[in-house]
Parts: sequence; C-alpha cells; structure tokens
Amino acid sequence: MPVLTLVQAINDALRVAMRSDGRVVVLGEDVGKFGGVFRATAGLYEEFGPERVVDTPLSEGGIIGAAIGMAMYGLRPVAEIQFSDFIYPGFDQIVNELAKLRYRSAGQYAAPVVVRTPFGGGIKGGLYHSQSPEALFVHTPGLKVVAPSTPSDAKGMLLSALKGEDPIIFFEPKRIYRAARGEVPEGDFQVPLGKARTVREGRHLTVIAYGASVEEASQAADQAASEGIECELIDLRTLWPLDIDCVVESAKKTGRVVVVHEAPRTCGLGAEISALIQERCFVHLEAPVRRVTGWDTPFPYALEQEYLPGAARILRGVEETAWFVA
Amino acid sequence: MGLAQNGATREVAAGAPPGKGKEARGGPMLSGEDLLRLYLAMVLVRVLDQRMMTLQRQGRVGFYGACTGQEAACLGSAYALRENDWIFPSLREGGAMLLRGFPLLPYVCQVLGNSGDPTKGRQMPSHQSARSVRQVSWSSCIGTQLPQAVGAAWAARRQGDELVALAYLGDGATSSGDFHAAMNFAGVLRAPVVFLCQNNHWSISLPTSRQTASESIAIKAVAYGFPGAKVDGNDVEAVYAATAEAVARARAGGGPTLIEAETYRIGAHSSSDDPTRYRDPAEVEAWMAKDPIDRLRHRLEGLGLWEAGREAALQAELQAQVAAAIEQAEALPKVAPETLFDDVYAEEPWNLSEQRRELTRGLAARRRPSEPSKAV
Repeated sequence: MPVLTLVQAINDALRVAMRSDGRVVVLGEDVGKFGGVFRATAGLYEEFGPERVVDTPLSEGGIIGAAIGMAMYGLRPVAEIQFSDFIYPGFDQIVNELAKLRYRSAGQYAAPVVVRTPFGGGIKGGLYHSQSPEALFVHTPGLKVVAPSTPSDAKGMLLSALKGEDPIIFFEPKRIYRAARGEVPEGDFQVPLGKARTVREGRHLTVIAYGASVEEASQAADQAASEGIECELIDLRTLWPLDIDCVVESAKKTGRVVVVHEAPRTCGLGAEISALIQERCFVHLEAPVRRVTGWDTPFPYALEQEYLPGAARILRGVEETAWFVA
Repeated sequence: MGLAQNGATREVAAGAPPGKGKEARGGPMLSGEDLLRLYLAMVLVRVLDQRMMTLQRQGRVGFYGACTGQEAACLGSAYALRENDWIFPSLREGGAMLLRGFPLLPYVCQVLGNSGDPTKGRQMPSHQSARSVRQVSWSSCIGTQLPQAVGAAWAARRQGDELVALAYLGDGATSSGDFHAAMNFAGVLRAPVVFLCQNNHWSISLPTSRQTASESIAIKAVAYGFPGAKVDGNDVEAVYAATAEAVARARAGGGPTLIEAETYRIGAHSSSDDPTRYRDPAEVEAWMAKDPIDRLRHRLEGLGLWEAGREAALQAELQAQVAAAIEQAEALPKVAPETLFDDVYAEEPWNLSEQRRELTRGLAARRRPSEPSKAV
C-alpha cells in the first residue's frame, strides 16, 4: 500500500473520482494549471483539462453559487475554497442556498456539492489563514460536515462524500497536510461518513477530537498513560451528523470526557457534544465535560501557540478531569 | 380562439415549445397566434394576482408579490425559451410556470401552502418552483440565483445539452455581490445564460437611482465583456425579440447577454408594503397609461385578432377558472406535520429521526414526577 501525505491522499481521491465519474468537476481559485495553493489539485488540469478543472474568478460566492447550479444540473462539483477563512463571501450561498435547496423545493432540486477547504492554525497564518469555522456549518441543517485527520480517512471520506447526495463541507487540516503520512489504499476506497474512529481504547477518560487536534490529543494521551490515566481517544471524523453511538458508549464507559478543538470555545462543537453527553449519559458522568479549545478571541499571529489547544493544554484538561471528585 | 372549458390556460399551455417566431426585419417576430397566447397568459396572471392580493387582505393568504404591470417583461421573455430551457426566477415570475404548462391548482396550493403544494408548504407564497417546467427554486435572498444560473448553464453545455438558463432579477439585485459574481463568471466561462433584469423602478422603497449611478443597467454588460440590451419592458414583442436573440446567441455558443427590460411595478412590492409612503401617485398613473396588457390588446385589435366585445367573456372565464382553483385548493387539508422533517437531507441523520419522534409523541404527553427533586 502506498504511503501518502494527507494532501496527496486528497489529490489521489480527486483523481480516482474524476477517472471513474465524468460528472465530477473541480472548481476554485488557482486549482487548474497551478494545482492549488496547497497542491491538492496538482496534475488534475493536465489529465482532465480546463472543462473539468476550472480556474474561477476570485469570488467565493461565485464559486459556491456556480457549483450549486452545476450540481443542480447533475454534475458532481468539488469546489475548493482556498482557506476556510475566505469562506464567508460564499457563506450565504452555502447556508441559504446549498443547505436549503432540497428542503425548499421539497426534493425537486438538490445540489450535492462537496466544498473542500483547509482549516485550522499553526502555520503562522494569523487571523485569516488559521480559522476553524466548522460549528457555523454544523449549525446549519442540510449540510454534512467532515474533518479527516489521516491520509487514509481523507481519501476514503472524500470518495464517500462524492458518492452521497447531500452537500458536504469537507474541512482539511492544513497544518498536517504534509506532516500526516500513512498507508492509503489504492483506487476506489471509501470510509463511511457518520462513523467516528477509536484511535486508542482506555478506561479512565474519553478524549474527543478531530482534524489536527487528534495528533495533539494522542500525544497528551501518551503522557497521561505514563501517569496512569488510560485515555480513550475518539477521532470524530464526521462532525455532523456525528457518531452519537460511539460518543455515548465511550462516555458511559469512562464517565469522564474531554472535548478538544481549535475553534473558539463558546458555541463551538464542544458545546454541542457536551450537551449531547449530559442529555444521554447524565447518571454515568463522574466529572463535568471539559472543553479544551481555542480561546474566544480572533486567531492571533504572534501568539498562535498560546491560542492553540496543544498537547500540554490537553494533558492538563485530562488530568483535572481524571482526578475530579464531586 | 375559444375560451370555454379552461380554454385560456390550455391554449397557453399548449404553446410549449413556444418561440417558433418568424424571422423578419432581421429579428425574431411573434405570429398573431403567439400574441394571442401571450395575451391570454398575461390576463390570467393579472386576474390571478388580483385575486391572490384580495385573499391576502381577507387573511386567507399569508403574503403575495404580484407581477402587475410587468406581465410583458416576465411572459414575453419566458416565451422565447424552449421546453428544456431552465428558468431561475425571482419574486414575480410564477406566471412563467403557468405559461410553460404548470397547472393552476397546484400553483394556488403553493400560495396557500397546503397539502396540494408540490413543495409541501415549505416556502412563502410567490416562491413557486417546479421541476416539471424547469423553474428552479428561489430563496428570498436577492441575487443568489444568478451565479447558480451560470453554473447550471455551464453544466448543460459541458454535458452537451443545447439549452439555455434564463435568470430573472430586478434592478435592486444589480447592487448585490452575487450579481457581480454571476456576470463576471458568465463572461469568463461564456456560459449560455441570459440575465433578464426587470427594471421596475423600485426596490421596495428605493428608486433605481439609489441602486446605481450608471446611466443604465444594460450598459453594465460591457464591463463584463458581453452584450447588453435595453428594451421597452411593457412591449411584449420587444421583450420577446430581445430575449429570443439573446437565447439564440447563447444556444449557439455565443455566450451570455444582459437584458434590461424597463417596466414598472404598478402595485406594492408585496402585500406587506405601502408604496404611497414613498412614491408619487402621478408616477404610477403615468405608467398605468402604458399598461402592457392594454398595449397588447390594442395591438391585437389592430391586427384584427381581438375585439373589445370579447373582453368581458375572457375576464369572466379567467375569474371562474381562478375561483374554481381557489375553491378546490381551500378544500385541501394542511400540510401533514410529519413532513416537517422530510427533504432536509437525502439520508436522514439520527438527530432528525429523534426530533421527528419527539414532535409526533408530544412532550406534553410524557409522564412527570409530581415535583422536581434534587439529589442530596
């Protein structure tokens, strides 16, 4: 099995999908000849030509709006938003149009668009190349939201996304685009959406993370293990609809949960996960559900390591939750 | 042309695929039969709008946005399409669906939002859509349909289908970012799309001069690298000719066109609006003298295709058709509550299944302890 980086796995998935399904088209800024600023679409223009790998004018609203029309007509567009920080000019098209088209037309029209967008910090990108806006989309009925953390999942989930009929916001952890390497099955291979992955099993405490935070949480769990705290680490993979069975089962088993994400804490996905756990696992809980997250500030440039919920902060959250006594 | 037994709508519906106009003086022209079809369709829309506004005032309809005064711009342009062409409408183009064969009863059911509405009562009135006549679903958000029309048109061309997307907008929409995005994308991608701007002079309370300092809307096309045309939007033949030319060009691979059809919103923006607060009644009267339906009737009379004596019978016939549709529609039950959760996703996620059960069960029916207790 070939070893690929996460961004190579995305590229591979796009190539596999485009070879097998003529309806799949890629559009976005710099995705064609240049192959994308992160090289996610490298080589596709050469193989599939300008009618399937479309360099668009610089307008996120135009990209998403056009992708909706394409999907409505029967194509399977993959729209790249260069950084998720730039998704807001296309936000209306995503939230009011893409997400609601099936509902408002009672199923007469639908737009299975996949919006790919790199998210998260840690690349010295400052306020506008670091954001994690996933909760805004999780809060929008009609969208599915995913965030893989491994090359294998990135490929398998992108191919699953392209087989589905619902619009999907596909967040890619850009900090580990190249750092994350792993074996990736060749050819058409799918990882089902809506299923979390248990990265490691443990009996004392559950850590729930996604995207680049999974690796940080994994390091924290290693450290915790040396202190005698056995963490169960869940990589959510699909943010919505999240794998409620997996989350509930683990929370009931350990009674102690830490949720990790880079996005700001207030009304972040951790808030929803915390609410779901207390609704379903109340009598099983031994400690408050703890959120280890980005702070409720804009994403800072110089102090990004202080902002990010790295392994050290996660470990503190794990320790305090593990030793919490009511 | 007989009007008995749903004659008007039948005749209109039977017109599809319309637009087989003859070429004359270098441009497409409508035959007498086409003009008569359009006349009946325009009068039907006028009658329907009046009845719906009345129902709104009576509390039987929640909201309504009428086409009154703009029938020539709306229907004359839609008539230039083939059956497989797509329409991306905005607020006042429901009549185009009727012109293209959509039946009156489900149309009225949509206005009422009841179980007869093919869109399950999801949208406010005047937000009709139907795949059967290739009329796309519109949100209420101004201009958002425009880049979608570009994408659909581009996709059709890529799939080898010779069809055109006709996207409607008002003068207010030309201020939106999506207008710019769509025009720009259409120009760059050379998509087979026609933008039909009904400049009706008012965007709710604001005159066109508060939307743009440009000398016209049509001229904006120049900056996007494709033709723009300004036509008398109350002259159905002029609207048809301009649209037919643009549609033919798009179909032949010649790219997009922006058409500005200058017309006037005779009534309020919607049933929620009171235009006497912001515009001069004299202006409205001046435009009423240029009513597109009166103009077409005079034209037909001049061609010997219509006589004043037939007007009362036509009105009575259309009123009866609309009344019958309303009666049938009002007899239908409301939308079933369980449908609330349908169509959010192709594949229903667990949270919706859970909430569906919660709605159905009713929280009130759940057994409660006599008083809340707190563990000590």
